[in-house]
Amino acid sequence: MTSSNGKTSYDAVVIGGGHNGLVAAAMLGRAGRRVLLVEARDVLGGGAGTHVFHPGYKVNSLAHLMNRLAPEVERALGLDLADLGTSLAPTVALDPVRGPVVLGGAYGDSLSGVTPDEAGRFAALRALLMSQADLLARFLARPPPMPGELSLGDAVDLGKAAVALLKRGRSAGRDFARMLLTNIADVVDEHLDDDRLKGLLAFDATLGIHLGPRSPTSIVGLYYRLAGSCLGARGGQIVPRGGMGAVTAHLAAAARQAGVEIRTGAPVAAIAADRGRASGIVLPWGARIAAPLIVSAIHPVTTLRSLLPPGAIDIGLDRAVSHIRSRGDAAKLHLALDAVPAFVGVPAEAARGRLVVAPSVDHVERAFNPAKYGDFSPDPVIEITLPSLTDPTFAPRGGAVLSAIVQYAPYDLSGGWDARRDAFLETVLATLERHAPGLRGSIVGAELLLPPDIEAHFGMPGGHWHHGELQVDQMIFNRPAFGASGYETPVPGLYLASAGSHPGGGVSGLPGYNAARRALAKETAA
Amino acid sequence: MKLWDVVIVGGGHNGLVAACYLQRAGLDVLVVEKNAWVGGAATSRRLAEDVTYSNCSYVCSLFRSEIMRDLELPRHGLQVIGYEGGAVLTRSGGYLASYRNHDQHRREFARYSARDAEAYDRYARDVTRQCRFIQPLLLRTAPDPFSFKPRDLQELLFLARKVGDLSAAEFARTARFWTMSIADFLDEYFETEVIKAYLALSGIIGTALGPMSPGTAYVLLHHYMGDVDGSVGAWGYARGGMGAITQALASSFQAAGGTIRTDSEVASVKVRGGRSEGVVLAGGEEVRARLVLSNADVKRTFLKLVDEKELPPPFLDRVRHFKMRGSSGKVNIALDGMPDFPALPSGSTAVKGDLHFTDTVERIERAYDDWKAGRWSADPFLDAMIPTTLDPTLAAPGKHFMSCFVQYCPPKVEGRDWTDADRDAFAETVVSQIADYSPGFRDRIRHMEVRTPRELEAEVGLTEGNIFQGELTFDQLLFNRPVPGYAQYRTPIKGLYLCGSSTHPGGGVMGAPGYNAAAEVLRDLKRSRQHMSPAHDVL
Repeated sequence: MTSSNGKTSYDAVVIGGGHNGLVAAAMLGRAGRRVLLVEARDVLGGGAGTHVFHPGYKVNSLAHLMNRLAPEVERALGLDLADLGTSLAPTVALDPVRGPVVLGGAYGDSLSGVTPDEAGRFAALRALLMSQADLLARFLARPPPMPGELSLGDAVDLGKAAVALLKRGRSAGRDFARMLLTNIADVVDEHLDDDRLKGLLAFDATLGIHLGPRSPTSIVGLYYRLAGSCLGARGGQIVPRGGMGAVTAHLAAAARQAGVEIRTGAPVAAIAADRGRASGIVLPWGARIAAPLIVSAIHPVTTLRSLLPPGAIDIGLDRAVSHIRSRGDAAKLHLALDAVPAFVGVPAEAARGRLVVAPSVDHVERAFNPAKYGDFSPDPVIEITLPSLTDPTFAPRGGAVLSAIVQYAPYDLSGGWDARRDAFLETVLATLERHAPGLRGSIVGAELLLPPDIEAHFGMPGGHWHHGELQVDQMIFNRPAFGASGYETPVPGLYLASAGSHPGGGVSGLPGYNAARRALAKETAA
Repeated sequence: MKLWDVVIVGGGHNGLVAACYLQRAGLDVLVVEKNAWVGGAATSRRLAEDVTYSNCSYVCSLFRSEIMRDLELPRHGLQVIGYEGGAVLTRSGGYLASYRNHDQHRREFARYSARDAEAYDRYARDVTRQCRFIQPLLLRTAPDPFSFKPRDLQELLFLARKVGDLSAAEFARTARFWTMSIADFLDEYFETEVIKAYLALSGIIGTALGPMSPGTAYVLLHHYMGDVDGSVGAWGYARGGMGAITQALASSFQAAGGTIRTDSEVASVKVRGGRSEGVVLAGGEEVRARLVLSNADVKRTFLKLVDEKELPPPFLDRVRHFKMRGSSGKVNIALDGMPDFPALPSGSTAVKGDLHFTDTVERIERAYDDWKAGRWSADPFLDAMIPTTLDPTLAAPGKHFMSCFVQYCPPKVEGRDWTDADRDAFAETVVSQIADYSPGFRDRIRHMEVRTPRELEAEVGLTEGNIFQGELTFDQLLFNRPVPGYAQYRTPIKGLYLCGSSTHPGGGVMGAPGYNAAAEVLRDLKRSRQHMSPAHDVL
């Protein structure tokens, strides 16, 4: 426990010290509330942390790129993040045979490795997708519009979006209405020729989502990614210096500065509700901390089905919450290397960025197929970063750290993960070796986090780091479930602030930001 | 040379529906059909000398009852009989039967799971709600949200009011329903695999998607919105085969004074100065008409019949990208006698309905994976039906006919054209699957007709053999169908209209596209539509 002054009463308690919890706590603290934040683990940050996984080697725990921390959050908390990095990191679509395509700037402002014709086609598609993502982005840093109770603000924002759309002309509007729920495979097939670019976009649309590129609605995943921004550029990304842990440290500092008291190693056993109103939390050892406002920044299923007393929510909502699909498909692999890996054809400067193994749309689709039946991909798709190239403190001199998100690795593996963990690791290493020959010989340590491990380490049910599938039927007013989707819950005083709420996952801080603002607005209104 | 008021290209059910309404509005209408018979994919043919059968579409439940009544189809010989049963045969030798009677059906579910039987009531209620929401939209032209014409605004308002009638919770449920996969949707109600496999059928039939693809819950409605004698969601059989529908339409059309020319393939639509002037037949004969309605699909119409110089490039581009991937085939089998299904209790009514041999959702999805890879599935999903059990007039006494709808079947085989050998190998997977559940089945086969997407395209004229004239995905529904900005049956060419299933509300033997197209034509001609019943609520 980092601090405990024995106080048992606060204005607000925030459950969960991930990025959303920290943002919510800091917002409440800055609004003058006496806030306690409790975190079950001994460290803050949740999936957005940095840890030592092998002596001398550090890695970003789950998220390994900063690509969507919201400018609204930075402003509201007065963050100065200049130390994390000041230039955007490139994306590289790997291909050991044809050579890589390198997307420079913000999601390919500049492109190398393709024909000029293809570059022109990509630029046109990128512009189209960016302008569409731009329309959607305005709905992220605000509560979702709710059917049946559209506020004046909602109506104004919807109206503004409609005007923005119409300004681009009728055909742009029609394109948008047609493309909005389509699949990414058809979109890239229509616009592009190069399999490497097509595969990359297919990968980005489906990363962290239980869909293949041919699944209808899969374009939404790409919109979601492009709606994020970094260093003021939509679609931009950096591998932060100091790691994601440094991002968390900024948020924690902002919270502390706002007077938030932070207790780690403090799991919550229950949320106390008196006469149907949230009144505090109960710690496992029975201690009770009273607060009229509880903001829960952990998985909504845990909050609503495990922490609340039975009967606190009605059967309809309870059933809807039990239907939330939240089984992760992504594994994380960390490798400690005694040499910097050389990816075929990738220039040193580009290796600092994001390297993607997804050589074609069909490849991504085929990787997805087995996941539907509880099997891992025999030829997986992978997103790689080498954080030690950005921050040399991550590895001993001469060595390197490789951080990879590997898809698809379903939470419920038939036959169980215990029996097949090694087979999966072998599959991934063989794939990496094809792209970086000699890599296997330089491995000195490895850590593989499968969805069940992610569930256990980070308290994310199903090991799903979006706290629930980021698919259209679980978005907006249906996120996490209708009846608890505007951050408020049927239990007055209890708010949901995790990635399980609108707008969803990724290190944006927005669910926390939106939830805190909703709680404060509600208090003012009362 | 005679100048017709309207010439309709193709005598499929939608072409005939439009023809009937326009003729009844006092126009002089000619239907030209390339085959020797009318009906398109809704026809009855002869298989062997003594069996009449529906060679493509085989179920009659979606056909709009408003149209049936307006055009007096029962008087012209159309009679629809409800399925009396149905069953899924499981690999373990068991079965799940289906019954028309809700309570009996529920009891059958209870044999597997009391919880699922309970859930079935909830499920039926929720799906019926979704149908009730969508049904009034079928016999209406989809409004264009990017137009400011008064009628579009008025129709948008109608839509907004429909949405406004929903409670907030229902709205949220509807939004989920439209974007979910049928597999996820069923998971929210049922725990028994075979029950889910049975119900998943309606989410994928005719669709180039697997049950785990988002959007397939919506497709369910396309097979659930129908009714047989007011029994909603029931599947029915047209006495005399599906041809009975189109024959009744043809008869109704001719009784009203309309003219049909068969064996007359249209080679092109004649366009001058951006206006259609009629059609040119394959033999070179010109047929002049003030207006042309094309019952052919959007690709066939604009990529084959119209000179591309007449079309704006962005429109042409969208037509080229319109998705019409064939996903199903059909195997029609004449049988010497009634096949045995030892797993079913003797005397079971289950054989008087659709029979399935796929007992898990996963098997259906795996069959879809094969389709994605450009192969037909070794374990295909079949919707088999023996119509002679309901309509003995189809075959000589003791003889039977089995219709097998097969999913999935790709338009090309691993990128190349189908060969006869492929077709035979495809048929063999179907027969072998049935034979697994019906010993002696092979010996009963007298004759077999196999339709892959290749045959569907060649005979019926459906591009890539897509039975819906275009996939039913969000990007191809409502105001997006078939081309945004041209979703109201009109086309960039003045006087040329589309009236087939490529238009809203899409495929299934529904008649709605033909009805809506006729209404738009009459609007343009400022003629009365009094003889066209508005959609009524059957629910």
